[in-house]
Amino acid sequence: MAPADPRARPGADDLVRAGAADLAARLAAREVSSEEVVRAHLDRIAAVDGTPGDGRGVAAFLHVSAQEALADARAVDARRAAGESLHPLAGVPVAVKDVVVTRGTPTTAGSKILEGWVPPYDATLVERLRAAGMPLLGKTNMDEFAMGSSTEHSAYGPTRNPWDTSRTPGGSGGGSAAAVAAFEAPLAVGTDTGGSIRQPAAVTGSVGVKPTYGGISRYGLIAMASSLDQAGPCARSVLDAALLHEVMGGHDPRDATSLTDPVGALADAARSRDVRGMRVGVVRELTGDGFSAGVSASFRASLDLLEGAGAEVVEVSCPTFAHALDAYYLIMPSEASSNLARFDGMRFGLRVEPSEGPVTAERVMAATRGAGFGPEVKRRIILGTYALSAGYYDAYYGSAQKVRTLVQRDFAAAFEQADVLVSPTAPTTAFPLGSRLDDPLAMYAADIATIPANLAGVPGMSLPSGLAEDGLPVGFQVMAPARADERLYRLGGALEALLEDRWGAPLLASAPALETVPARRPEVAPA
Amino acid sequence: MPALSTDDVARLAALARIDLGPDELERLAGELDAVVAAVASVSSVVSDDVPATSHPLPLSDVYREDVVEPSLPVDDVLAGAPAAQDGRFLVPQILEED
Amino acid sequence: MSTTTTASVAPRGGAEPVVAYDDAAARYDVVIGLEVHVELGTATKMFDGCSTAFGSGPNTQVSPVSLGLPGALPVVNRTAVEHGIRIGLALSCSIAETCRFARKNYFYPDMPKNFQTSQYDEPIAADGHLEVVLEDGTPWRVEVERAHLEEDTGKSTHVGGTTGRIHGADHSLVDYNRAGIPLVEIVTRPVTGAGARAPEVARAYVSALRDLLRALGVSEARMEQGQMRADVNVSLRLSPDAPLGTRTETKNVNSFRSVERAVRYEVSRQAAVLDAGRSVLQETRHWHEDTGITTSGRVKSDADDYRYFPEPDLVPLTPSREWVEEIRATLPEMPVARRARLQGEWGYSDLEMRDVVNAGLLEVLSATVAEGASPAAARKWWGGELARTANEREVEVTSLPVGPSQVAELAGLVESGRINDRMARQVLEGVLAGEGTPTEVVTARGLEVVSDESSLVAAVDEALAAQPDVAEKIRGGKVQAAGAVVGAVMKATRGAADAKRVRELVLERVGASSA
Repeated sequence: MAPADPRARPGADDLVRAGAADLAARLAAREVSSEEVVRAHLDRIAAVDGTPGDGRGVAAFLHVSAQEALADARAVDARRAAGESLHPLAGVPVAVKDVVVTRGTPTTAGSKILEGWVPPYDATLVERLRAAGMPLLGKTNMDEFAMGSSTEHSAYGPTRNPWDTSRTPGGSGGGSAAAVAAFEAPLAVGTDTGGSIRQPAAVTGSVGVKPTYGGISRYGLIAMASSLDQAGPCARSVLDAALLHEVMGGHDPRDATSLTDPVGALADAARSRDVRGMRVGVVRELTGDGFSAGVSASFRASLDLLEGAGAEVVEVSCPTFAHALDAYYLIMPSEASSNLARFDGMRFGLRVEPSEGPVTAERVMAATRGAGFGPEVKRRIILGTYALSAGYYDAYYGSAQKVRTLVQRDFAAAFEQADVLVSPTAPTTAFPLGSRLDDPLAMYAADIATIPANLAGVPGMSLPSGLAEDGLPVGFQVMAPARADERLYRLGGALEALLEDRWGAPLLASAPALETVPARRPEVAPA
Repeated sequence: MPALSTDDVARLAALARIDLGPDELERLAGELDAVVAAVASVSSVVSDDVPATSHPLPLSDVYREDVVEPSLPVDDVLAGAPAAQDGRFLVPQILEED
Repeated sequence: MSTTTTASVAPRGGAEPVVAYDDAAARYDVVIGLEVHVELGTATKMFDGCSTAFGSGPNTQVSPVSLGLPGALPVVNRTAVEHGIRIGLALSCSIAETCRFARKNYFYPDMPKNFQTSQYDEPIAADGHLEVVLEDGTPWRVEVERAHLEEDTGKSTHVGGTTGRIHGADHSLVDYNRAGIPLVEIVTRPVTGAGARAPEVARAYVSALRDLLRALGVSEARMEQGQMRADVNVSLRLSPDAPLGTRTETKNVNSFRSVERAVRYEVSRQAAVLDAGRSVLQETRHWHEDTGITTSGRVKSDADDYRYFPEPDLVPLTPSREWVEEIRATLPEMPVARRARLQGEWGYSDLEMRDVVNAGLLEVLSATVAEGASPAAARKWWGGELARTANEREVEVTSLPVGPSQVAELAGLVESGRINDRMARQVLEGVLAGEGTPTEVVTARGLEVVSDESSLVAAVDEALAAQPDVAEKIRGGKVQAAGAVVGAVMKATRGAADAKRVRELVLERVGASSA
């Protein structure tokens, strides 16, 4: 039986196209139940997502938790009916990048080495989502172990960009961005180590935020680069992102690197829409020839809008940003090479025995990792092992950590002259699937504008600034000083309002319709 | 003279416990050589008087108190194990002495 | 290389050749070093809240953190750091103003993360020393390079194969209960100048360290239970002026005695290697208690590039000087200082004190004196009668069924004259046999010195009457002759009289009857 077209069911299309804030209001007003909302989204997923690896559909989801999500929704509806006081986002569904551990639900980090692994515990951010009564729709696709900028390095097949399914949705969190941009989920959780939330947001026309380092707990995030990783919200509006950020953020005693600051009034900042007097610093090193004409034009147009609204646009220079990419591609693989050592076939996940010769622990570890890791992961582990090894540490890892200090100093100096720093999020619009697979350096270059914020630990946001001449979305990046996340939301909310006034509707309203694909194959229930 | 030879990559792969086929080894060596050549410039950018940053934010002295918390149920612990016996993880023969 | 005076001893059953120890130590300068790992007695692990209680079922004390599951993060146990500082202070170390954890990366199935979170170039404590005393009383100062915090690994048991040891095992079973338990690693500087006494210094150091750790209350430090593990480093050089030779590291040394024996063996073995003109291999060796030899373990190789880097999941520690002083104020008196003080208070000679310490009697003596016994009496009973009894029974003197308060009670009974020395021995027998407290035994067995004067007088008179010639001799001035009468009275009273009093009475009565 062909899947029902969600547009045929009265109200369903309306429910998937509503934003989180809107759904929350309707749920609170009891105009709609959480079960209806979840069902509408599950139908949408069934209609457009397909099965990973099949070559059709958005393929944003690795795992759809249909039964659990409906059960959670019904539970929230019952509590609401009983008159319980609920969290503002209670009943609003959310998708979670598969790098975040979820108890009882398979978690793969996009890798074969964790195929079928079911975590025995929840990440702290997941606990907070559950505590808020938000049904989890499922786990989204990603580059394996968050290593990549296109989601093509997922061991389960790529995700496709809803704007043009022959193109990538960015990475590593292409699944979360695509799910949101394809109206499969109103909210999604991503993680960002070098741009993995912001860059996919840019190329899919959605909003993505990387908080200040330590702003959201990393307990339960499968680690790539510990000093760079941060979880963050993916949404279709700045306000929605703020709401999700507020649910997840705040101190966690189980994460020694988490901030003790309160999360801040992010939703209020998003609603304020006032940028008068705000000094907006354009980072010279993050503009120019490295960025395509369409991207630069869109960026400039947004700057003009901000100026017209009373912001003061200034130019700042951060010279060491030119070395940020190199430093990142030394620090990140080094930390990752150590973080990924635990995947050895001894305690969980895949175990592969060598095809010949003695079956020893050492050889099983090597065979398991040889079979279970994809090429990009192997590249980075070996690179990281090299950068840390005796005789090379000072020149590589050690030097890179010094560049990091210089990047922080550049940010500090720039933030004396400006309240926020801005740049295009990514150098180009979405690139075609397969176009950069043979050239790792070209792939790495996608992160050139996003990496500095990770190195320094400052927060960054990407919001859509329009379409380039190729009809594909362009992202506008805002960065703020560490712990000043609300400035992102203030500037972003204001810019979004100005742009949507000009467009007459959110950008995603003009995204092309997606083809209906065969429904996903039934899930294999977790053991 | 490549920055990273095939022998280097083979040695590093062994150190990182990753089996590589001969084709993989060749390809990886070529790719990594390019990457290393690109990133090696970092050492010339910095001077001795610049301190290294290993943590982005100046946090320090974060502790937990010495109070017992529940452990994972042992069934959960072993549930994901590739092999287990008598409540322990069964792992293949270990060659190296500790 | 060899100035051969003694040929090396032929190997037994495949073991390596050795040179007699005295010869080896005479011709080569011995340098040793010790790395001791101490399991801290905290309630929870170093980086998570799992219990550290001993004896739990396998894998019942693990969390995502100590199991190294994806996504888990460590958080530092404050008490473990406090213990680390305490150990550092007791070893006269400087406590770091700022220190960090680092990752030591290597693969091994008992390591859940395949890296150990440890400390590398920023230990919590550094540059200290420990004063130790060798068995003959010679003092020695061992320089301590550093003490740092780290986490323990899981435990593997090797199954299959013939010996149950690693080689030849089919597979291994791993229990991660121990993974993550806090450890402090204490590393000495090279110990030079001890020469042939190096094995004794090694032993004394480990023993003194154990006493110190117990006094601090940070660990029970029982070597046999793995709560304290010593790795022994040994190298030889031609002379004290020569550069340090290649050292070997010997593991699996599970008692103080083994520490001493392992050093001796390695010296003997390395001397044979050098005598033969070969080089000592830098390697890890394994001590075998049963055969008294070391065998080659892992050769140090490329695999030991640990790729240390600062632990990004943990933030630096900056123990305030106030905190450090608070901890210092709670330090107990250190064992060596305490012994010196007690020796002075008790008035023991150096030899007497040394005997007490070597016999492990310091604590019981101290407790006995605290219960009111005189130091001399305490030493007499514990070091004499009780030590002898323990020896006969082949047990520790402190495990005999008698305690300090009872010994003090016994000493008190003797001092008050209620019982004499010979009776006291019998009373002690009774106490050991479970008959009750010394006072109870005295009453039950009727072992009191007869103090009733009239019955004593009667006994004296009776004895005098039975030996009239003795009375004559005494009257004639031969006072010594009283001895025979005293003996008779003692016999008649079955030793329950105070011999001194009896003698006085004999002389009195002789005089009286001549009056």
